[in-house]
Amino acid sequence: MPLLSYLLRRLVGFAAVLVGVSIITFGLSHLVPADPAIVALGDHATDAQIEAFREKYGLNKPVPEQYLIYVTGLLRGDLGISLRTRRPVAADLRSFFPATFELSLTALVLSILIGIPAGVVSATARNRLPDHIVRIVSLIGGSVPIFWLGLILIGFFYGRLGWLPGGARIDKFIPPPPMITGLFTVDSLLAGNYKAFWSSVHHLILPALALGYFSTAIIARMMRSSMLEVLNQAYVLAARAKGLRQWRVTWRHAARNALIPTVTTIGVTFGSLLSGAVLTETIFSWPGLGRYATNSAINLDFPAVMGVTLLAALVYTITNLIVDMGYHWLDPRIRNG
Amino acid sequence: MAEITVTTVQPRRPAWRRSPLAMVGLTLIVLLALIALLAPLIAPANPLKQVLSTRLKPPSAEHWLGTDQLGRDVLSRMIYGARISLVIGIVVVGLAASVGTFVGVVAGYFGGWLDEGLMRLTDVFFAFPALILAMAISGALGPSLTNAMIAIAVVSWPVYARLVRAQVLSLREREYVEAARGLGASAERIVWQHILPNTLAPLLVQASFDMGGAILSAAGLSFIGFGTQPPTPEWGVMISDGRNYIATQPWLSLFPGLAILFTVAAFNLIGDGLRDALDPRLRGTG
Repeated sequence: MPLLSYLLRRLVGFAAVLVGVSIITFGLSHLVPADPAIVALGDHATDAQIEAFREKYGLNKPVPEQYLIYVTGLLRGDLGISLRTRRPVAADLRSFFPATFELSLTALVLSILIGIPAGVVSATARNRLPDHIVRIVSLIGGSVPIFWLGLILIGFFYGRLGWLPGGARIDKFIPPPPMITGLFTVDSLLAGNYKAFWSSVHHLILPALALGYFSTAIIARMMRSSMLEVLNQAYVLAARAKGLRQWRVTWRHAARNALIPTVTTIGVTFGSLLSGAVLTETIFSWPGLGRYATNSAINLDFPAVMGVTLLAALVYTITNLIVDMGYHWLDPRIRNG
Repeated sequence: MAEITVTTVQPRRPAWRRSPLAMVGLTLIVLLALIALLAPLIAPANPLKQVLSTRLKPPSAEHWLGTDQLGRDVLSRMIYGARISLVIGIVVVGLAASVGTFVGVVAGYFGGWLDEGLMRLTDVFFAFPALILAMAISGALGPSLTNAMIAIAVVSWPVYARLVRAQVLSLREREYVEAARGLGASAERIVWQHILPNTLAPLLVQASFDMGGAILSAAGLSFIGFGTQPPTPEWGVMISDGRNYIATQPWLSLFPGLAILFTVAAFNLIGDGLRDALDPRLRGTG
């Protein structure tokens, strides 16, 4: 199928998914037994104050009308006003998203850099010591509660050894770099502020390890099993038979083909990193979307929860699209099929 | 006269020898189930009883896993916690698998616009960030163990729907199903008698992975305050309780975390073993 029509079809599908996500979260926000106006204003608010609040945020209109107003706003990039921070949700998301993106991206890069070689080594050393080690370490990675791992890392590296910071994005005595991308590491490099750069790298290590362990385990497992399948293929045997060096056969011929199913896993993993970020950010006092979502849900601030959910769904769908493009690029059979 | 050759057929190796790791997992779960069932008999103390004079004691002969900030026995709380974790796993997976199977069968068997609509619905649920949706549901309904279980089931059913639909699509074209249809069997009968039993194997594999996943998610929700509420002895709550003591009294969070880790790992090992046993092509690749 030509790439363009394929892309168009996918885009229509994505729009439908986003509409679905918005309807479900919107419906959910109206299931709340508690009154968001009272939650926002407190128990001592007068009836007049509550009425004025409802009027201001459109909470007294019929539900379908409220939804239509919401969707019309969405199309203009207006996600409503947060009941808690009293700021536009879109502005809140813009200020919290970079922290989460920086953390998730670092975790993902770590998982790919560790997970793929670990999977390859594990498969080529099948049933020998390196394989056993990789399998046990990935079994633990797939089973460990992320928030517990974070706590243990903080307790050990921050509490006991004092080697690494246990929370926040940057040292509190170092002013954050001027915002360009919102990623502290990148912005501090752009500003030539190496002190801020090292501080933000230091602060990233523990949360990225905690968040990335799960995805590393999943990627290593996937890479191992797809390598094992590929290593049995005739073309690998042929490559070996014609006298190629072992590492060349492994990395150039086998690993490249084994990467194809792993790419899907990486895409799915990136989506799950956002959910993991909720817990990691809570543990590490990381000022990102996860903590914003948690605080919003606690305070029944549904415009904010809907904003985070829609953004996460958008990231998930875009990641899926990129994965599909990756498929086209990696596998000529799909490209021409 | 033709010569008769006798070949001896090697007996199949018993299941436990083919997948020793799965057996380790199964043993752990059986042990956990026993602990959960016998909790009142084996717990050394009442898990809710506060003895303020013995606060934050390290592990000792009297309190094997130490005591918490209210002087409660950590081991007893962990033993009772096993009950809650197993119930979470069973209820969540039971709910998610039932709803998902129903949706999958309807979509796969009847096809057409119904199939299209239901599958788009699963797309929507896949796009949701699971924990954030669970948090929103839990927040909306009020934080409690029951609501946390409902929330996790709501985000878990689409996997089953897709799995069952794919199975049904391939099964409904089989000759034996056509034969049943030809003989005048009702749709209900065909589904119950001929299709569902054959979808069971992949469902079981998914279910064992999801048991661990549900326990992890529920513990995470409890940890951030959206699940089980204190003073219930739930493992996620216990880790949260020990949070401020992680550098000084690490056992408070350490042991419940290990309990979650071992339980989830055990379910994952069973899942791996079942998958290998059911799909010989994958044997040993997991």
